[in-house]
Amino acid sequence: MPVPYFDVLKGLGAEVVLTLTAVVALTLDLVSVRRAEMSVRSRTIGTTAVVGLLAAILPLWQQFNSPPTVLLGGTLVVDDLSVFFKLVIIGLAVITVLISMDYDVGRHVGEYYAVLLFGAVGMMLLISAEELITIFVALELTSISLYILTAFHKGELRSQEAAVKYFMFGAMSSAFLLFGLSYVFGATGATSLRAIRDAVKLTPGLGMSPLLATGLLFTIIGFGFKVAVVPFHLWAPDAYEGAPTPVTAYIATGSKVASFFVLLKVLFVGFAGLEGTTFWFWGHFPSFTSGWTMLLAVTAALSMVLGNCAAIVQHNVKRLLAYSSIAHAGYIFIGLVAATQMGATSVLFYIIVYALTNLGAFGVVAALSSRAGGDEMQNFDGMAKRAPLLSLFMLIFVLSLAGIPPLGGFFGKFYLFAAAVQRDAQHFGLLWLVILGIFMSAVSLYYYLILLKHFYVIDGADHSPIITPTYLNVALGLVALAVVALGVYPKPILELLNSFSYSVVAGCVH
Amino acid sequence: MQVDWTIYLTFLGVGLIMLLPQESKSLIRWVALVTGVAALLVALKDYFNYNDWVNAQISAHGALQDGFTQIVNVSWIPALNVKYHLAVDGISYPLIVLNGFVCVTGILFSWNIENRVKEFFAFFLTLIAGVYGVFMAMDLFLLLVFYELAIIPKYFIIAIWGSTRKEYGAMKLVLYSFVGSALVLIGILAAYFAAGGQTFDILELAKHPIAPDVQVWVFPLIFVGFAVLAGMWPFHTWAPTGHVAAPTAASMLLAGVVMKLGSYGCFRGAMLLFPHGFEHWKWWIAWMAVIGIVYGAAVALVQKDFKFIIGYSSVSHMGFVLLGLATLNLIGMSGAILQMFSHGIVASLLFAVVGRMVYDRTHTRQLDELGGLAKVIPFACVTFVIAGAASMGMPGFSGFVAEYQIFVGAFHMHPVLALAAGLSIPLTVAYILNANDKVFMEQDPPAGDSGHGHGQEESGDSPPALPPITLPERVAAMILMALLVIVGVYPSIMLNMIKANVQLFLRGAP
Repeated sequence: MPVPYFDVLKGLGAEVVLTLTAVVALTLDLVSVRRAEMSVRSRTIGTTAVVGLLAAILPLWQQFNSPPTVLLGGTLVVDDLSVFFKLVIIGLAVITVLISMDYDVGRHVGEYYAVLLFGAVGMMLLISAEELITIFVALELTSISLYILTAFHKGELRSQEAAVKYFMFGAMSSAFLLFGLSYVFGATGATSLRAIRDAVKLTPGLGMSPLLATGLLFTIIGFGFKVAVVPFHLWAPDAYEGAPTPVTAYIATGSKVASFFVLLKVLFVGFAGLEGTTFWFWGHFPSFTSGWTMLLAVTAALSMVLGNCAAIVQHNVKRLLAYSSIAHAGYIFIGLVAATQMGATSVLFYIIVYALTNLGAFGVVAALSSRAGGDEMQNFDGMAKRAPLLSLFMLIFVLSLAGIPPLGGFFGKFYLFAAAVQRDAQHFGLLWLVILGIFMSAVSLYYYLILLKHFYVIDGADHSPIITPTYLNVALGLVALAVVALGVYPKPILELLNSFSYSVVAGCVH
Repeated sequence: MQVDWTIYLTFLGVGLIMLLPQESKSLIRWVALVTGVAALLVALKDYFNYNDWVNAQISAHGALQDGFTQIVNVSWIPALNVKYHLAVDGISYPLIVLNGFVCVTGILFSWNIENRVKEFFAFFLTLIAGVYGVFMAMDLFLLLVFYELAIIPKYFIIAIWGSTRKEYGAMKLVLYSFVGSALVLIGILAAYFAAGGQTFDILELAKHPIAPDVQVWVFPLIFVGFAVLAGMWPFHTWAPTGHVAAPTAASMLLAGVVMKLGSYGCFRGAMLLFPHGFEHWKWWIAWMAVIGIVYGAAVALVQKDFKFIIGYSSVSHMGFVLLGLATLNLIGMSGAILQMFSHGIVASLLFAVVGRMVYDRTHTRQLDELGGLAKVIPFACVTFVIAGAASMGMPGFSGFVAEYQIFVGAFHMHPVLALAAGLSIPLTVAYILNANDKVFMEQDPPAGDSGHGHGQEESGDSPPALPPITLPERVAAMILMALLVIVGVYPSIMLNMIKANVQLFLRGAP
């Protein structure tokens, strides 16, 4: 069968635009501005990247609200859901570029932005992918871009260590993932997610056969590394702390969104029907079935407990946010454990809120730490006086992470928990996980308030005001506004996501 | 303008204050005051309208048919059928008015704050707006949103402007409240799904009987969750430390209004929705309330710190509220609701005397170091005596009307309860008189601010050097004292609507 290249290029218009922009950015840096001053170079290339990212919206806009396109025999799917999440990725990348323009990324400006854009291409492909090999390739494209970006503080040992650690763990997780995927293929004879689902449903006795169960286990472990849940989280704090802060923001948001999205698809589409049960028996004994929700519930519980407890003792803001994002991965897993349409919607909603909030928080840290001389907590003492606007944004972001109404994080979390309780609502089977999640968010409030205490309560030695560029203030302000809006008026996005998530769970039993 | 404008006006005030420049301190104070007064006037107007309506209804039909004035009821988040539903009845009106009065007087008592005025009033009014919202919200989700909105500003107000282990007190208070609201959140989710997953609306849920076995375990979650904030023994320990650490206006708000959020939540969220659960647990609640009453009063008697006395007296008096609610009879419950109002005023007044009039002038609160202030600041002494008399339950003040009814109600429930609670009466008299004696009467020289570097220079070398009571303080104290007397000698101004609504509640109507 001849490959319809034109259709593929048309379907992946945004990715093509971004790839071209990356090449342009590289060339531009090499040819015209190499000798210019650092700030000029950064501004020029950064602006190019932003223009390219905005241009990539155009093809996506045309694909929105049009019938789904299936490319290369089901390898890549372009439907409203994936288009919407590609737009989210573009938004995150734009903000990351803007944060980077204000940050010293070293001498290799062109390469930095080009790799950042390649990373975005990887994430967008990941969102479209519905076939195991494509998923793996897209995941590698994303990961390798991020390894390189992590090492971008060339002179700094911390950055190098972070990159090596991230790379080693990433490579290992890829090995796990590939191993798992090969077993899945071996058991079902299919690589497309929908074909796997049909094989599982139609082949008698395949269910949780040892072969498939092993594949499933290793696949989840592989993804567990990517989204950094306990016990596969060890790379995250070091990588987050060592990487240049805009890159940390990118790892914590863009790559998380894409990884969670594809994990959702793999589990809800590919392994639909293998959920099993994770219900606590309050006085009555339900029939127990094994499946992936059990694995996820255990990792969710561990992540929430360990992430939140470890965050309490951190002194470095980036490290603290790293542990907090481990905890948040745990919350998101609660939505996956629910394994219902509501669960899918809640996960999709939460990863958007989570990504925006974390991006904002890391953005503020990036903007302020470079001017305040470090990213330890005490560097932010008295920030409310030195940079009132950014401190206010930080207040919003951190409180949203803590789940305080009326911010996005509160409703997101509430919806995740509601989705979990709704599953087996008669017997409150999943309430145990929800109770754990709710109490762990109470724990999390402690360290979030400690962080805010440095911004608002403690008076620092330095009182000189910090001036940040207007474009950055506006960008972060928009993110803050979005976080507030998602909490105050979640209805439109929620309805949109709910209509999308139907397509994901259409194959599910629930 | 209906009473919901209290919320919007207060938020408007927050917005205005955020826009004003940091330096124009007196303008900020005036904006805050005007906001507070405007909201209070709106509340008062509707209060009297409602009062007239209730009286007309009673004279026409003998009783109320439906106590609620619906204000607004629109869909907010359709995915969970969350509604923006505000309604008020004779239980919420006294508390709304109380919040208005405490807000206005709190602003007047904070007139001397010079440090970060803008942020202070922004946080203060946010808290006030949240409290107004709680007293009107008729949707559990909305109630929780307003409730948590009121928690966070307290942290900053206490940690930034407080004294005596302020960061510890602030964190303890916020974590206690947040753990309480975590319990409530679990309870709300359980109630929502136990009632069929249709609605969070309190008035709708009250019509759905929830299965008794579910009520038995959900009720204590919600009740205890709210009762933490009401200072129920043994969850009261946040209250004394929090009150002591807080700046004057914040202790007034905490003891005056925020603790009422807790008891109001117990009534509206727990007792109304889970009558069976309440029936099951009421003896526990009554006895814990009695322990709190006696324990609070006994501990207050041995305190060395003036503010701790008032802090523990709040625990004791809030015990009366819970005891009154637990009696489940007309007279006891009416007394409890009136006690919420009465204690709100008394506690505000007492904290104003301790925090603003005495501590801000002498910079000490140790009973041993104070003395003879009656001659120096006689106004403070008079205020304290009046507030103290109301606190002891002297006839002629609102405290008498409230506590007398609670005693009668408790006697109906079980005579031993009333007798045990009665132990607190001599204790209360003792600690009030003891404090009065040590602070205002005995002729020890006041310690001045030796060793307490609070910035005001050389103000307290000898008694006559204390700055005189300012006009804002006088006005605010007069307002509060007038309220005590008005409600004391003419209780039906408030008791009519309370009784009518409690009657409705006891008949089983929401």
